[in-house]
Amino acid sequence: MISFALFNYWAVIVLMMVGFYALISRDNLVKKLIGLNIFQTSVIMMYVSFGKISGGTAPILIESGGHGGDGHGVQVAGDAAHAMRDNAEILYSNPIPHVLMLTAIVVGVATLALGLSLVVRIKEAYGTIEEDEITRMDNAA
Amino acid sequence: MMSDPGMIVLLTVLLPVIGAGLVLLLRKNENAREAATLLTGALTFAHVLALLRLVRAGESPGLDILEVVPNVWLSFEVEPLGMVFALVAGFLWPVTSLYAIGYMRGHHEENQTRFFFFFAIAIAGAMGVAFSANLFTLFVFYEFLTFCTVPLVTHHQSDEAKKSGRIYLGILLTTSVGLQLVAIIWTWVLAGTLDFQAGGILAGTASAGILSAILVLYVYGVGKAALMPFHRWLPAAMVAPTPVSALLHAVAVVKAGVFTVLKISVYVFGVDLLQTLTTTTWLAWAAAVTIILGSLVAFRKDNLKARLAYSTISQLSYIVLGAMLANELGIIGGGMHIAMHAFGKITLFFAAGAIMVAAHEKKISRMHGLGRTMPITFGAFFVGSLSIIGLPPAGGAWSKWFLGMGTLEASQFGLLAVLMLSSLLGLYYLLEVPVKAFFFERPKDAHQQDGVHEAPTPSLIAMCITATATVGLFVWPDLFHELMQMVVSGGVR
Amino acid sequence: MLAPIAALINRSGPAWVIATSGAWFAFGAAVQLLRRVMTEGMIVYSLGGWVAPIGIEYRIDQLAAFVTLIVSAIAAVGVLYARTSVASEIEEDRHALFYAAFLLNVCGLLGIAITGDVFNVFVFLEISSLSAYSMIALGQDRRALTSAFQYLIMGSVGATFIVIGIGLLFVMTGTLGMADLAERIPAIWASGDGDRTIAVAFTFLTVGVTLKLALFPLHLWLPNAYTYAPSAVTGYMAATSTKVSIYLLLRFFFSVFGVEFSFEQMRLDAILMPLALVAILAMSSVAIYQSNVKRLLAFSSVAQIGYMILGISFGSVIGVAAGIIHLFNHALMKGALFMAMGCVMYRIGSVRIEDMKGLGKSMPWTMAAFVGGGLSMIGVPMTVGFVSKWYLLQAAIKGGNWLAAVVVVVGSLMALVYIWKVIEVAYFKRRENDDPIEEAPLSLLIPTWTLVAASFWFGIDAGTTSDVAMSAAESLLGMMQ
Repeated sequence: MISFALFNYWAVIVLMMVGFYALISRDNLVKKLIGLNIFQTSVIMMYVSFGKISGGTAPILIESGGHGGDGHGVQVAGDAAHAMRDNAEILYSNPIPHVLMLTAIVVGVATLALGLSLVVRIKEAYGTIEEDEITRMDNAA
Repeated sequence: MMSDPGMIVLLTVLLPVIGAGLVLLLRKNENAREAATLLTGALTFAHVLALLRLVRAGESPGLDILEVVPNVWLSFEVEPLGMVFALVAGFLWPVTSLYAIGYMRGHHEENQTRFFFFFAIAIAGAMGVAFSANLFTLFVFYEFLTFCTVPLVTHHQSDEAKKSGRIYLGILLTTSVGLQLVAIIWTWVLAGTLDFQAGGILAGTASAGILSAILVLYVYGVGKAALMPFHRWLPAAMVAPTPVSALLHAVAVVKAGVFTVLKISVYVFGVDLLQTLTTTTWLAWAAAVTIILGSLVAFRKDNLKARLAYSTISQLSYIVLGAMLANELGIIGGGMHIAMHAFGKITLFFAAGAIMVAAHEKKISRMHGLGRTMPITFGAFFVGSLSIIGLPPAGGAWSKWFLGMGTLEASQFGLLAVLMLSSLLGLYYLLEVPVKAFFFERPKDAHQQDGVHEAPTPSLIAMCITATATVGLFVWPDLFHELMQMVVSGGVR
Repeated sequence: MLAPIAALINRSGPAWVIATSGAWFAFGAAVQLLRRVMTEGMIVYSLGGWVAPIGIEYRIDQLAAFVTLIVSAIAAVGVLYARTSVASEIEEDRHALFYAAFLLNVCGLLGIAITGDVFNVFVFLEISSLSAYSMIALGQDRRALTSAFQYLIMGSVGATFIVIGIGLLFVMTGTLGMADLAERIPAIWASGDGDRTIAVAFTFLTVGVTLKLALFPLHLWLPNAYTYAPSAVTGYMAATSTKVSIYLLLRFFFSVFGVEFSFEQMRLDAILMPLALVAILAMSSVAIYQSNVKRLLAFSSVAQIGYMILGISFGSVIGVAAGIIHLFNHALMKGALFMAMGCVMYRIGSVRIEDMKGLGKSMPWTMAAFVGGGLSMIGVPMTVGFVSKWYLLQAAIKGGNWLAAVVVVVGSLMALVYIWKVIEVAYFKRRENDDPIEEAPLSLLIPTWTLVAASFWFGIDAGTTSDVAMSAAESLLGMMQ
């Protein structure tokens, strides 16, 4: 039971390691970028998992009078739930990690775009995108 | 010009810089340029004399310039020991400039403007060292002196000059940054001040062990004092034109070194503290070793300038020895030797340069019989040698006397023997030159010159001035003795 | 804000004007900020009126104001320099994009310095990093591309580590504001519940930040990036980006986690000091053997970063102040040195040592600038380099760290060797062919000499910098809970 509840985190770790390994071990520049992206995605998953409150629903404000939980993190989740003064006691998951991750996704996309454009330029300049060949060409120069 | 004393001090340091500027401006007209140098030299010396009057009256003119780092000031204060150094440097600068004019023209040297420019700047550095009021100011000008003499040492810009430049800069900076700076900061941490004070600032601030270690750092950290094994830069710097060797390595650079050692001994540690530290005696013996080894190596050198270089190394350690004897007579002897050695050695270097220009000879073995065509030169050489050996009627006799007395007072008979031995060695390796020049025959393949063919006139005049001064100091050593006496009786603050 | 305008205008001249005005405005503002902070204490500004911990706050204390000043000053001087330098090294149609990236980078770095929210830090960090990668990639040599890529990969990994650290902190404390975190972390640590998470967060943050600031051994991206980037970029970046990362380190370790936690519980000094010592010795030695002067200076930079970290690792007020002073001083020194190299590149198209023979005569002002910066690197008195050494050695001796004192001294001597290498070739060797080489144009020389002059000015009168640094160090170390 316990390991199942932490399933998210195990997934995060696995993805993180897969991504990191791909980044380090693969010579192909595109594969490195893919690894980087997997690595970053795992972090995104991690944050979202943090935000999940047991029994909480998606943090979209329901207009029928409920005050959205203003999100104080896992540890004070219980208090948040009880701190609401309104009748409609709706438990929301913490929206802040979601917000942060929207930003992180954008950053990740920008990084990926920049990385891929660099790869295109490298291909133009070197004729290859395998790192070992590039290193060889540079050392020979 | 007779403004407040602080201004006089500042001017003494700044005039050489202004002179350097004038040299640069007047570079197209050689004669005007040389006139600028000589005039500035004379003016600077006049200021030094003005300061001398104040110091002898018991005052300590000074000036605070600026606060560099909080609580650390760049400031000047003139006290008797600094006066000794300033007098020597101030007098010998114009004299050497006179010599240099003759030499550089006679030898057809290139880049003369650059030479005279940095010469003047170096003197400013030396004055700065002489007048520093605290360790920080001393360090600033000490390093300044190192850097502004590099273009002088590497003047010829040949491969040999380049290599010498490396050795020069390498050894001097390694000792100053690696040892001296650490010692200075340590002193700052322990004593809370870097000011020079009579009786020292380190007494009671730390255990004897730590203070002994700091002493070692200081003495070896002053690379310009050429204490072995940090002496290699001196013979390496002989690649420079002789006026450079003369002024800088008989007067300014090396004297800045031993001056620093004396100053630190008296005003940072204090004679009383020194006597309690274990390393003081070791360092005295390190100086003794340098004295003997320097003399022995000088023995074996055929190149005249090299022989003089090692003689200088040996003589500098006399002064270090004086400082490390840590008694009044030792300090007096050491301080007086700053002046005596300067005049004696510079005469020797002048002569060496004259021989090179007029007779194109560098090796002693080839100088036999040259005395007949260059009597004045070799005569001056003879007088200079007497001073270095320590014989009357040359001034060096006095400093040797006091140093010897110092060793007796400290009951260091071994050190006395060292002094005697080195005189003996000097007798041979120095007097060999004039004796063989006057009494031997020319080598078979030498170019025979009829009649007197002396050095260029300005150089000759300069040489005679210093030789006369050397004898004069024997007859009237009073000035320097008086100043040094003021030092040991605590004339600061 | 000015960046997209610059990009859209797409013509070199106006883009430069926009960049310059942005940089100088920032500089003026920074000076005012520092003045106010020094007299009034910390400035706090809530973005959009949303008070922390809900909103993002900008908190500016002495250190932040000081770093802001450094970045904007270097940007202001650098952008003037860039006009001519960039014109010769980057194709015309890319200029506007360059200036846009430049502005973004300045914005990012300044943002990091003034924000009081940790996630905001990440955002600004990535803004500055991404724009940096683009600027580096504009270099002439094709290796600029691979260097930029390598930096991208490593930098993104570092940033992601930082995000992981932030996330772990967030999950334990529920806040992202630095001041709040500082309050809540000790309680959690003391309670023992979740302290492992805090420790792990600390670790991730450490690794991430040290990668960004190029502390040995996570410095691998720096030599290539600095060598192959356009000269103006190297001059600017060498003086700013790693400095801001060090600021970040100071912020995290002292303001967020607190001195006690960082040094006593997590033994930061035991980690940082050995790395710093190795950085100084190893990187200075590698620098000595380089034949490309930019690469030489890049390795020298890693060594100098070692000095800064060394000061910080002492954990004393004077040690941290020494690190902060060196931050400022190194920005001046290295900025000047790289700009001098840019002048050389402009005239002779190369920065290899053998190509620099006789430049002492042909380009006297440029080489004199190099000598000036070099004297500072060696630590000659009356230069800023000396002031740094003064404080570092004091901190080492006071703390009884003899090994550190020795290493600082040895590092200076090694700097002497590699600086002298260049000086020897420039002043002692003659040029073989007779192509006349002119001195660099004034538009390049003036910014270079501005920095050189500053490095002497602040070496002769170090009162201001040391006051700021000491007060910054005191407030950093005083922020214990």
